[in-house]
Amino acid sequence: MNRPWWVRPVAVTVALTALVVVFVTTSVVRDRTYAASAAETELLYVPSGEIVERMALSFDSLVADIYWIRVIQYYGGTKRSESVEKNYDLLGPLLDITTTLDPGFKAAYRFGAIFLTESYPNGPGRPDLAVALLEKGIDAMPDRWEYYMDIGFIYYWWLQDYETAGSWFERAAEVPGASWWLRSLAANTLAAGGSLESSRMLWQQVYDSADNNWIRTEAARRLTQLRALDDINQLIALAVRFNRQAGRPPRGWDELIQAGLLARLPLDPTGLPYVLDVENGAMNVSPESELYPLPGESLPPLSQ
Amino acid sequence: MAVITRIAVHVFKESIRDKVLYNLVLFAVLLMGALYLIGQLTAGQDVKVIKDLGLAATQIFGLFIAVFVGIGLVSKEVERRSIYSLLSKPIRRHELILGKYAGLVLALAVNVAVMAVALYLVLGYMSLIESEEFKATWVRPAADPAMLFALFLVFVQLALVTAIALFFSTFSSPSLSAVLTFSLYVVGHFNADLRNFESVVDSSVAVYLARALYYVLPNLAPFDVKAAVVHGEPVSLGYVAMTTWYGAAYVAALLLAAVFIFARRDFK
Repeated sequence: MNRPWWVRPVAVTVALTALVVVFVTTSVVRDRTYAASAAETELLYVPSGEIVERMALSFDSLVADIYWIRVIQYYGGTKRSESVEKNYDLLGPLLDITTTLDPGFKAAYRFGAIFLTESYPNGPGRPDLAVALLEKGIDAMPDRWEYYMDIGFIYYWWLQDYETAGSWFERAAEVPGASWWLRSLAANTLAAGGSLESSRMLWQQVYDSADNNWIRTEAARRLTQLRALDDINQLIALAVRFNRQAGRPPRGWDELIQAGLLARLPLDPTGLPYVLDVENGAMNVSPESELYPLPGESLPPLSQ
Repeated sequence: MAVITRIAVHVFKESIRDKVLYNLVLFAVLLMGALYLIGQLTAGQDVKVIKDLGLAATQIFGLFIAVFVGIGLVSKEVERRSIYSLLSKPIRRHELILGKYAGLVLALAVNVAVMAVALYLVLGYMSLIESEEFKATWVRPAADPAMLFALFLVFVQLALVTAIALFFSTFSSPSLSAVLTFSLYVVGHFNADLRNFESVVDSSVAVYLARALYYVLPNLAPFDVKAAVVHGEPVSLGYVAMTTWYGAAYVAALLLAAVFIFARRDFK
């Protein structure tokens, strides 16, 4: 007896569907049962950019893009992970490979420098690697004044070396086509480096000259951090007044409110309450705040 | 000439019918998929990545067509023994070789052209949806006409690879032809090392031998201007013309050698 023509296709479809269900289910159960190997994701198969470049033949620009996506995933994944000990060890090598494969990859230098300088736990806190990356960018594209400015910026913001920062801003100003405000920035840095006002000017210039949304957002976050530092300075002044009146530092915000010095719980610009350490009187944003950690970290405690 | 044209048209139709259409669909799906995914992953570098991906995919897909179709142009006719019926017709051997080459190169030209249109459509769409403020940060417009230089040189390189595959196809098996063609393709990208051999060895004989190999082996690296156009660096018309001239001369030499070998093959 001949079977109808549709029996075989239907049987194959059913069998295939069943097999797909089996392997997908197995995969789901396995992933839920066994944790992914950390070593697998933390591995740099080929550590040398030069070797990867050789292996990429004429597709080095595309391979650089793949490494760039890996940089974003690695940095973002590590930053967002709930791990107690965040490890950013591969960030520098990944950025090095990306820029070796595609020396003209402008975003990799600027973004990469931001990622590398971010202090722990938001980044590895390696301004030295960021400076090296930007210097590599200058070697590849000496006419990009932004890289000189970014190096000056790292010395200013992260290393608090205002003299070196000012000299890098001056070098940036000397590059043909550089923005006009770099000279005044250099002068301002050398004269009043470290003040909140000069920091505000610096970030405002970065914000105004940003060539992409990510850097603009980052500059806006820094400007907001400076607003938080302004707030904290005012709170410190109030706490000093309380200390004079009560003969001791405040034990919490409620005491400042009861004393009539504060109208309500002080909130940072993101809407989270500021933290007052009753042990030493130090004030800061909450560790849960998007603004944490603040630049230069802890302000002088009240008791000092 | 009429015979060559007829063979070319036949090979072109066969290639389009069999392989190239699947290839184009895959390319379109890849680009569309990439457009959505990459926007989420690259921190604002999506236009660069789409350009890199589009140009590289054009080259990779074309390379596979050039090699895998190119190696079968002659050797499969021999394996299937259809070469006997072909040669029994009023077709001269050189006409067969040149016609088959021209047909596959025509198929590659259509392939590259359609991929270029798809790439420009995707980039044009990206240009439409992005804000003016964001577009002001681009070094070059998304649908940058300069990419045509890169696409054209990709095509010339593919024409050269096809000639290499066809050359090997005239005297060896398809699998061996594929290995040899891919090997030459890889060697072609490391060629510049041979030119600077004196910096790693002391022997003058080795240096001269390396220098000779540098000039004799195909140098494929100059055909790659993809990164330059993506970064908005200028690629001069003179450079493109010179590189095309080099490619054309090399192709002519390979075809001459292929015709010479094929003419002497005994199919008894």
